[in-house]
Amino acid sequence: MMPTVLMQGNEAVVEGAIAAGLKFYAGYPITPSTEIAELCAEKLPFVGGKFIQMEDEIASMAAVIGASLTGLKAMTATSGPGFSLKQENIGFAAMAEIPCVIVDVQRMGPSTGMPTSPAQGDVMQSRWGTHGDHPIIVLSPSSVKEAYYITIQAFNLSEKYRTPVILLMDEVIGHLREAVNLDEYKDVEIFERPMPQDKENYLPYQYIENGVAPLAPFGKGFRFHVTGLAHNEKGLPTNDPKVTEKLIKRLIGKIENNKKDIVMFEEKDTEGGDILLISFGSSARACEAAMQELKKEGIKVGLFKPITIWPFPDEKLREIYPRFKKVFVVEMNTGQLYYEVDRIIKGNTYVGKINKFNGEFLTPFDIVEKIKESF
Amino acid sequence: MSSIEIRLSGSGGQGLILAGIILAEAAILDGKNSVQSQSYGPEARGGSSKAEIIISDEYITYPKVLKPDILLTLAPSAYLWYKNDMKENGIIIIDESIIPNDEDAQKVIRLPIIKTAQEVIGRAFVANIISLGVIAELTNVVTKESLERAVLNRVPPATEEINKRALREGYNLVKMRGSEIWQKQMI
Repeated sequence: MMPTVLMQGNEAVVEGAIAAGLKFYAGYPITPSTEIAELCAEKLPFVGGKFIQMEDEIASMAAVIGASLTGLKAMTATSGPGFSLKQENIGFAAMAEIPCVIVDVQRMGPSTGMPTSPAQGDVMQSRWGTHGDHPIIVLSPSSVKEAYYITIQAFNLSEKYRTPVILLMDEVIGHLREAVNLDEYKDVEIFERPMPQDKENYLPYQYIENGVAPLAPFGKGFRFHVTGLAHNEKGLPTNDPKVTEKLIKRLIGKIENNKKDIVMFEEKDTEGGDILLISFGSSARACEAAMQELKKEGIKVGLFKPITIWPFPDEKLREIYPRFKKVFVVEMNTGQLYYEVDRIIKGNTYVGKINKFNGEFLTPFDIVEKIKESF
Repeated sequence: MSSIEIRLSGSGGQGLILAGIILAEAAILDGKNSVQSQSYGPEARGGSSKAEIIISDEYITYPKVLKPDILLTLAPSAYLWYKNDMKENGIIIIDESIIPNDEDAQKVIRLPIIKTAQEVIGRAFVANIISLGVIAELTNVVTKESLERAVLNRVPPATEEINKRALREGYNLVKMRGSEIWQKQMI
């Protein structure tokens, strides 16, 4: 039995990453993600891993991609300004299908914004920060314990689907210390990258419907080409529209058509009622407290919490929302996940916004007040 | 006790964030649930700092303190900022160096925490541990046994004796004031 300990969210990310098999971290420290770099520097040497502080965020992302190509599970962590800088290489990882985990501990933006203040303003950037139609998986935990488990899943999904996975943290969860017992996760399955067999006929980008070919580690005798240009099954650049269309379809399809395997969510009191709250990350905690208050006043409130933000668990939401009179999307930005929810509900039910974007953590009072106003 | 919210505030460098971590860990040793969070200005020392702890028998939904049951403050600015956020019947503990407003003078518990650290123990840096001793003696948020274990888990081995003494001095500060303080103690 592991003892219950007080653990910080950023620390849980590092513990989860190491449990998932992290062997390489490259980064450039930035508040409020710095503890992740510090702890990786401290802990990785003891598990045969490497930590390197690069000259900037762009180089960090490039180093992570390079390490992953040699067969190592690799991660970097940053916050908004650094996340912006990493976008070009995140696109490269998406196009060249190189597994990696990018942690974005969100702070108040835009630009350098308020370094120590919480926000959830990177929801759309995490989906569309890099250019072109690209696949991505974005996961957002709302407690320290969940940060540990979701980090393991970030690595698993990244390896399984050969895609960058964004772990979308926020300052509140990153810096929060909570009593956690990780005992229940000691048997969590860890996905290991499969090794291709045939060296002579190796196709790193072989067409597999809704799937990926195994990625060979550099230096093991497999000859192949890696590029951000559109490429054929061997990885060589191409201008052939047919080959390109097939590639993009597969890239998008490997995520879209495996949603059932990828999406994670939680629901609370969703049997039906007056109000359905939709929230994620630390804001979901404010929702839980608000629900207790509203219940006392006889208002029936449910909570739908996507843990996988992208791809959004749309099927589940379509099942739940008709049981409620109104829907509110609660987030610390001016309304970003709101657009995805609004797209899914298509005007069939009223969808309202509850937002905070002044650098303060959303409170249960903010939510209770807005909901009472709506009656 | 279902859920107790505690705020420790002062100047950066007074060790109140460490005190907050220790208090949360003591609660875990008592078999309770706890969360700890903090905020500080960009400057590491001299600016204001705040540590918040919630101790509960149940799952803690909202992880930040909204209305403290206990406020302990070692700096005048922090006292002025936070004194009006209190829960009704909440306990305010301030260092003797802080002069409370007239209307608060009867409500607050004013103790020579910093002076005890400097003059009795001879180490200003144990004001945070004395503060924890004060809280433990004044309320039952954590047991003294767990608090002592939690302190010893966190401090450098060479300072164990000093920190144990600091805890005892904290208990004594409250005991010496006896009945006067116990009347105010609501938790």
